[in-house]
Amino acid sequence: MTIAVKIKNLSVTLSGDVKALKDISMELPVGRSIGFIGPSGAGKTTLIRSIVGRLKPTAGSIEVLGLPAGDAKLRDQLSYMTQELSVYPDLTVKENLRYFAIMMGHTKDTNTIIEEVLNEVDMIDKADSLVKNLSGGQKQRVSLSVALIGSPRLMVLDEPTIGLDPVLRESLWKLFNKLKTRGTTLLISSHSMDEAERCDDLILIRSGKVIAHGSPSELKKQTGTKTIEESFLSLVGGEPE
Amino acid sequence: MSPSKTFATASRVLRQLSHDPRTVALLFVVPPVLLTIMKYVFEGEPQVFNGIAPMLLGIFPMVMMFLITSIVTLRERTTGTLDRLMTMPMTKLDFIFGYALAFSFLGLCQAFISGGVMLGLLNVTVLGGAIPTIIAVVFAAFLGTSLGLFLSAFATSEFQAIQFMPAFIFPQLLTCGLFIARDQMAKPLQWFADVMPLTYSVDAMKQVTLHASWTNELTRDLIIVASFGIAALVLGSVTIRRQEK
Ligand SMILES: Nc1ncnc2c1ncn2[C@@H]1O[C@H](COP(=O)(O)OP(=O)(O)OP(=O)(O)O)[C@@H](O)[C@H]1O
Ligand SMILES: [Mg+2]
Repeated sequence: MTIAVKIKNLSVTLSGDVKALKDISMELPVGRSIGFIGPSGAGKTTLIRSIVGRLKPTAGSIEVLGLPAGDAKLRDQLSYMTQELSVYPDLTVKENLRYFAIMMGHTKDTNTIIEEVLNEVDMIDKADSLVKNLSGGQKQRVSLSVALIGSPRLMVLDEPTIGLDPVLRESLWKLFNKLKTRGTTLLISSHSMDEAERCDDLILIRSGKVIAHGSPSELKKQTGTKTIEESFLSLVGGEPE
Repeated sequence: MSPSKTFATASRVLRQLSHDPRTVALLFVVPPVLLTIMKYVFEGEPQVFNGIAPMLLGIFPMVMMFLITSIVTLRERTTGTLDRLMTMPMTKLDFIFGYALAFSFLGLCQAFISGGVMLGLLNVTVLGGAIPTIIAVVFAAFLGTSLGLFLSAFATSEFQAIQFMPAFIFPQLLTCGLFIARDQMAKPLQWFADVMPLTYSVDAMKQVTLHASWTNELTRDLIIVASFGIAALVLGSVTIRRQEK
């Protein structure tokens, strides 16, 4: 089993002396969907930003695909969908994709790439619309489609399916599972428990600490509960803060 | 740095503006309208107008590009797009120079329009001729863009970015020689003006207005303006961090 992300004793202190992550360690295998699950403010985005190399760890180390996080050689191997939209509202869907494709180093065949990723998120009919004129869920899908450009080996998605209807969510999970079979590793943050059930592995995070790590069925077995929501509550229940 | 990424960034920025025709219209229409108003303000003193109109032509692009650039780059920083770009295989210089290129190009368009109105319709005489005028205006636009890129790093909201205009640009406007010859000001203000970039941008326009041939002072002014611009761009690229803290 190869390791996609290896985190050792990671601590991150943000401005204002906020200890967003406290001594976290984990090993995440290649080719799986891994969910970072936890309540708002738990530290999911901080963890994600550290993995993609946007935040420097205060202590500890992160290795991504065998390289230290933030290494220049990782830039064409991973994609990052931020929690904010991170596409240009005053460009059309296509213009956004073309720009990001060129930034990813694809100067040829951009049209094919654009068509491909738009098909994946079912947005081909909106290709020429300005992003600001799209609905919330459509904007979300455009942002996700940017993360699909160039078939990255590691996709880091911060709440990719928030605000999407169940049908769309289902189809995106089909896509995620298809990407997995190609060997792509997916890191997905969410606070939705129904999302958690779909991941291969779960990392439950609370107040900057990992409170559990395992597959959904393992976690349910461990806590003797029927749903992830219940096991999360039972894990949290024992230790207030 | 890669030319294709720099150009793609420049064309992306221009495309964003092209979807916002009102901004583009304001960018191109406001300067000639203001120049026209000035002409009639100085109706009794056409000579005075002839002296200040070219200086204004150098000030408009600087101020407007400063404002627009600081707001758009601030938006990149706050809406997550810069976040995403910084995880991609592009360099910070692609980003910074892409912006500089886009807005200098807009400055060039603005220079053609306002310069055309000033020379053709408002009958301002510029001894140096149209081409040096346009060159000096493009340098001014480049300067405004660079300063906007750099200073936007110190604003955390659009309100702050807008306040940088009166805070950083107005003092330069007051002392650049537009209102009164610089050697008539109090000494400390002269020293201040000597180290401020707008002074040289305005001085370049003066040189173009007063001299039929290309003067050494004009070359010096343009070199100083360009150096300020490049320094601001380099400092601006330092304020963009790949990895925070
Ligand atoms: N820029 C920042 N400066 C200071 N503190 C921050 C900053 N961003 C986040 N924090 C704090 O760090 C902690 C973790 O935030 P983070 O954004 O990682 O949470 P999250 O799990 O992603 O939450 P959500 O589900 O709401 O997105 C929170 O207490 C938050 O207040
Ligand atoms: Mg978050």
